[in-house]
Amino acid sequence: MSIIVYTESEEGKIKKIALEAVAYAKGIADQMGTSVTAVTVNSNDTSELGKYGASKVLQVSNDKLNKFNAEAYADVLAQAAKNEDAKVVVLTSSANSKFLAPALAVNLDAGYVPNVVSLPESTSPFKVKHNVFTNKAFAVTEIKTDRKIIGLGKNSYGLKESEAAASTEAFSPNLDAHDFDMEIVSVDKATEKVTIADAEVVVSGGRGLKGPENWGMLEDLAKTLGAATACSKPVSDMGWRPHSEHVGQTGKPVASNLYIAVGISGAIQHLAGINASKVKVVINNDPEAPFFKAADYGMVGDAFEIVPKLTEKLKEFKAQNA
Amino acid sequence: MKILVCISHVPDTTSKINFTEGDTKFDTNGVQFVINPNDEFGLTRAMWFKEKQGATVHVVNVGGPETEPTLRKALAIGADEAIRINTPATDGFSVAKQLASVAKEGGYDLVIGGRESIDYNGGMVPGMVAKLTGANFVNTCISLEVEGDKATAIREIDGGKETLKTSLPLVIGGQKGLVEESDLRIPNMRGIMQARTKPLTVKDPTDSNNETTTVAFEKPAPKGAVKLVDSVDELVNLLHNEAKVI
Repeated sequence: MSIIVYTESEEGKIKKIALEAVAYAKGIADQMGTSVTAVTVNSNDTSELGKYGASKVLQVSNDKLNKFNAEAYADVLAQAAKNEDAKVVVLTSSANSKFLAPALAVNLDAGYVPNVVSLPESTSPFKVKHNVFTNKAFAVTEIKTDRKIIGLGKNSYGLKESEAAASTEAFSPNLDAHDFDMEIVSVDKATEKVTIADAEVVVSGGRGLKGPENWGMLEDLAKTLGAATACSKPVSDMGWRPHSEHVGQTGKPVASNLYIAVGISGAIQHLAGINASKVKVVINNDPEAPFFKAADYGMVGDAFEIVPKLTEKLKEFKAQNA
Repeated sequence: MKILVCISHVPDTTSKINFTEGDTKFDTNGVQFVINPNDEFGLTRAMWFKEKQGATVHVVNVGGPETEPTLRKALAIGADEAIRINTPATDGFSVAKQLASVAKEGGYDLVIGGRESIDYNGGMVPGMVAKLTGANFVNTCISLEVEGDKATAIREIDGGKETLKTSLPLVIGGQKGLVEESDLRIPNMRGIMQARTKPLTVKDPTDSNNETTTVAFEKPAPKGAVKLVDSVDELVNLLHNEAKVI
């Protein structure tokens, strides 16, 4: 018996959210008196996995799996789980993990709970707490199947280090032709920009910015902070910014360490989507804006004055603390 | 082309969320229910296939009689027929099994679901329906074209998008992008009148056990008051020394 964790990589490098998932899996393994086996696909450096609690790494190397393929990756994980007699499989909340999870659940006949925020409250019966109603509430759900799949919410457990040292084994799953029914024609990805999914800091703009031409100052602020840029729903609906930047209930969820909202009033749908962020800052000229009730820090005033000043101050701060 | 659109009956996005019966049940008191927004984008795309490519569109929902107004709204928007599977939707896996049985029986070429419902955020039902019926699957789908039995879909990935070529039968987990917000339709009087006479079939559920059971709900702890600051110097200082996020 063991706990399996899928450690996603990007261009061969294990992602930070995957390391968080390893640390979380180690937490469950300690509760259940077992160990963690990480499964990696075509990643060349697995040295960090031991540090976060993996005892064993199953390393899959297969050129057919160079591009992410939900069907095939679910197949790989299902075979790994069966080989290792795993009772629990831990996934992240990335787009790819959420894509493969349902197929894996059917494959293993396992109950699946995503957006989990903490270690199981108990492991027998197996109960986990997870976000529901787009961060407006939590639910505690019992998974009743023999095997369980958990999708860990981003930034909800942290990168806890362990003493374990991992041994690495090559793992060659059997892939069938049906795994490759879908052809990936092209991948269009901005490599130089920080994505909302991976960002530690997100800088977000609303209607208060008055027009798309004013986004330069937000981008400067984001660049200074190494942040991703995002926007409110009206801004994406009006076409000022692409849909991929829309955060909120029907857009992307944000679970960053710091979320800075500029000129966003704070509609309930927006606040729900960003609520999992740890620290929220609002800059708005309307002191009655609902966002002030949801934020940790606020500045009332003209964004066009405050944002460039804030960027300058942060540059100074970075120069001093470099 | 035969299309099945899976509709989840969810609280309106502006709803205040409360629980009852010792925090074990969602409190529906005063809550407006709507078509799950991610499903509505898919339904609207299905209307496009109906009007431009002659597709027939059925909608399906797993739920009790109280969900029928939501199905009638989908009929008023333009779906041809509705199916309600008469059992409460309590667990994603069992909902997927119910839908898979309808999808198989009806011989649908395309099953459209939403990326996730905005109540339980499970995001698992469309993918499970695909796996259970042996169909192809594209999640977080933001564009879909169908030509004969070939489909081209665009999927949103973290930090970009991916274009995929696949074939029918196909299941998608849709979201905004399939159509724009401005393409969404408000039922007109004619649609509402027609919806009253369109078939709405109630089916008994197939046997299935719940894999998961939600035993309790909790609301987030109330937040402390916002700290208002007057200068960016003070803000940077607080973010560094107090919040420790920079």
